[in-house]
Amino acid sequence: MGRIVFFFQEALRALKRNGAPSLAAIVTTVVTVVLLGMLIPIFQTAQGKSEEVRDQLNVQYALYDDATKAEIASLKKELEGIPHVAEVTFVSKTAALNTLKSELKDKTIVEELHTNPLPNSFEVKADDAANLAAVQEAVYPNGPQGKSISPIISNPFDRQQSSDKIEQVTSALKVVLTVITALLILASLMLVGNTIRLSIYTRRREVEVMRLVGATRWFIRWPFMIEGVVVGLVGGLLAILILWLGKITIVDPLSDSIGVLAAQNSTTLGFPALVAILFAASIFVSTIGSGLTLRRFLKV
Amino acid sequence: MALRKKKDHGSEEPRRPRGRRAPIIELNDVTKVYPGGHMALDRVNLAIGRGEFVFLVGPTGCGKSTLIKMLIRELAASEGSVKIAGRDIGKLSEKKIPQLRRNIGTVFQDFKLLPDRTVYDNVAYALQVIGASRAEIREQVPQTLRLVGLSTKIHSYPDELSGGEQQRVSVARAFVNHPPLLLADEPSGNLDPVTSIGIMQLLYRINKAGTTVVVVTHDREMVDNMRRRVIELYEGRVVRDEVSGGYTEESTTEFGLRMQAGMGVGPDGDTRTNGHSDHDHLS
Repeated sequence: MGRIVFFFQEALRALKRNGAPSLAAIVTTVVTVVLLGMLIPIFQTAQGKSEEVRDQLNVQYALYDDATKAEIASLKKELEGIPHVAEVTFVSKTAALNTLKSELKDKTIVEELHTNPLPNSFEVKADDAANLAAVQEAVYPNGPQGKSISPIISNPFDRQQSSDKIEQVTSALKVVLTVITALLILASLMLVGNTIRLSIYTRRREVEVMRLVGATRWFIRWPFMIEGVVVGLVGGLLAILILWLGKITIVDPLSDSIGVLAAQNSTTLGFPALVAILFAASIFVSTIGSGLTLRRFLKV
Repeated sequence: MALRKKKDHGSEEPRRPRGRRAPIIELNDVTKVYPGGHMALDRVNLAIGRGEFVFLVGPTGCGKSTLIKMLIRELAASEGSVKIAGRDIGKLSEKKIPQLRRNIGTVFQDFKLLPDRTVYDNVAYALQVIGASRAEIREQVPQTLRLVGLSTKIHSYPDELSGGEQQRVSVARAFVNHPPLLLADEPSGNLDPVTSIGIMQLLYRINKAGTTVVVVTHDREMVDNMRRRVIELYEGRVVRDEVSGGYTEESTTEFGLRMQAGMGVGPDGDTRTNGHSDHDHLS
């Protein structure tokens, strides 16, 4: 017990003595953790969106307006004959417009159109999301640019393409943000390490005396370790406070009107879990930072 | 480690005849070659018995400091064996080294005090870092400070003290856990002659309480007046090892007076170092 008090006293004494570098390390940790705290939900939301699109089992094929009922009926048969097709549903122009109406908040947009621009379409469901590509290939044997199996099909609404696009954008975003985060983690690791190194330097006389009177290796190391962990702890707490303030003042009011933000609340990990991860990460990083520095610079 | 005797400090235990137990320090053919190729010690053989007061002298660069560093396993011998209380410390594992150092007090020319701590805290620090209990600290620290004559300055900071007083603090720190062996590397190197005598008297008093004391100095003249055992190193070899008999049982006062006479300084030169020592319970 007395020992633990001693270790903390020594660690806090050292932090006070090296105010500026300690502060630099804390601020870097705060920035890193805040950034991580924003990136994790963003990644998750993006990932969730693209998977949501991809997981839909159906492809829609728009039909030309001049197709006759007989042509439509025979195409339906033909589509149903394709392997892996589970269900083929005809969606008429009017039905499509009604669906659109119900999805839009501002109904006036539809009413101002006067005519119905939406085509008749077939919604083709595959028995498995993985077989969707095979189904599409059966409808367009020569690839999406080629001719389809029926002259009345005008074009497919390719959800696969849109999910690919979402993925392209998010993966580019991911790479950039991951690099930034990695650099920031590295920076805070090095700054924590630097703080400890400076502390070792300013306390070299203490270290020398401790060695001479026979303090054990870990007795000498503990105060420095604690010093590093305190940096991580304070940095992590400040960052979480900032994130929490940001959440209640910016994200929560906005999520009522912006769907993507709302989605994040339900499908991705909750705020307490995020806080726990961030907190653990900041302590982990600072422990590694001080541990590595002690290994290199504190020969005891 | 079986190094430490039962707490016998202050109990005036008669000195043991040499040779009965293993000598506290024993060097056999110790050679130290630094990585650059410089040979600091060249086949040194010596033995120091328990309770001895020994001077180690020689010019700068003769290997004195290397020898001291070896005794606390700051350095390892290139060849030969260094034994402390019969135990080859070259074979100690890293983990056992702190235990060795707890049994050896060290005093240096530059005091090595912590400037932002009081006298009391500086001495207590030595006990804190070896995990002593609070009760132990509260008992030992004032007692040791009384021994070195700094009872009135326990709340002063090192920069408020004279050089001699600072060295007394460092002696107190080295002795606070009553190690059986005390090494002093040029303890009076930064001090004037009168203050030096005070420090020597203090070390002598500690020696009389049963602790083996080894004092390193480059001041050959002073040791000639001491009439103690003197080991002289020159270019890494022992060139002289002699015991001047006849003075082993003198009191601290006699010791101090003789030193003053030998160094040509009067007994009233420094009341701080002399005032309390004469009737100390240890002398």
